[in-house]
Amino acid sequence: MPVNFEGKAISWSIRDSAIELALRRQPCNEIGSTSLTELEIFADSLDELTARTHALIIYSEIPAGFCAGADLRELYERSQAMGKAAAASGVREFLERIHRVLNTIDAVPLTTIAAVHGVTFGGGLELALVCDLIIADKMARFCFPELRLGLVPGFGGIPRLKRDLGNGVIRDLLLTGRSFNATKAQNTGLVSQVVAEGEALRVARSTAAQLSKFDKQTSVAAKKFIKPIPYEELRQEIDIFCELFMQPAVEQGLRKFVESTEAQPYLP
Amino acid sequence: MQTMDQTLEEVLKLASTHFKVPREKLAADDDFFKTLGIDSLQALDLLTRLENHFRVELPDYELQGVSDFRTLASRIQARL
Repeated sequence: MPVNFEGKAISWSIRDSAIELALRRQPCNEIGSTSLTELEIFADSLDELTARTHALIIYSEIPAGFCAGADLRELYERSQAMGKAAAASGVREFLERIHRVLNTIDAVPLTTIAAVHGVTFGGGLELALVCDLIIADKMARFCFPELRLGLVPGFGGIPRLKRDLGNGVIRDLLLTGRSFNATKAQNTGLVSQVVAEGEALRVARSTAAQLSKFDKQTSVAAKKFIKPIPYEELRQEIDIFCELFMQPAVEQGLRKFVESTEAQPYLP
Repeated sequence: MQTMDQTLEEVLKLASTHFKVPREKLAADDDFFKTLGIDSLQALDLLTRLENHFRVELPDYELQGVSDFRTLASRIQARL
């Protein structure tokens, strides 16, 4: 498995004994089949990578933001190209694959940091949520817009939020679909540090350097104790998502999104 | 508390500075998407800058359909 990787959607390398996973797919790191395949290679490489590192930093090289979530255009086009039953089966397979990747990163015996800026929406927020710490540029925005598509978050967002935050905050994010800025996200406990524009990766590296002073096995034991993976709820989430995906409202919502020429398509 | 006129002027100045459009070319009732030449992602960026500047929360849905500086300023004023 590669220690360094340069893909179409992601790349990774080791710097100062931390793995740096860069998201690099235009326009805003939408997670589709290419991203998923490369993330699977990353997940499969983690055993080897963790042996020589103490931290993982995930960040975006794309100016627009960390990640805008699932690739809805690909989802819509693939769904249109196949029958409804086949599309539903494909969605379940995609979700099971992305859950395996995210569960692997969630549980990896390293301290993990998401360094985020700009758009951190839907699946992008769910990717950040697998990390132990989120360090946010003050221009970052966080949102779960799935309800406007007739769906719930499908990459493990709700179970992980339930693990990490109070239920009232989750209901606000989920049921209103509104976006939080970095300060609001920090006030709710979602974000650990808010930093100036363009500084998230630097501060993440500084944080990783501090972590390298600690005994690795102690850090791993502490993480395992404090951060259980909510496997049962993650399974339920896939079932709920797949059930909702069969509703007519989803196809309408996806079509509206894909064909939208509105000035504010990101606004719920 | 600051007046609506002061809030509007701060909104116009912030937009002018960040998007590098001369202040004198911006009017209160302009469509900011057109005047600033911005897309939805840049509008989201403007929203974040305004929240940070005024230290308020502006839920996205309160701004749905809002495209002129005056209405935008009034939404902010309502939360000061």
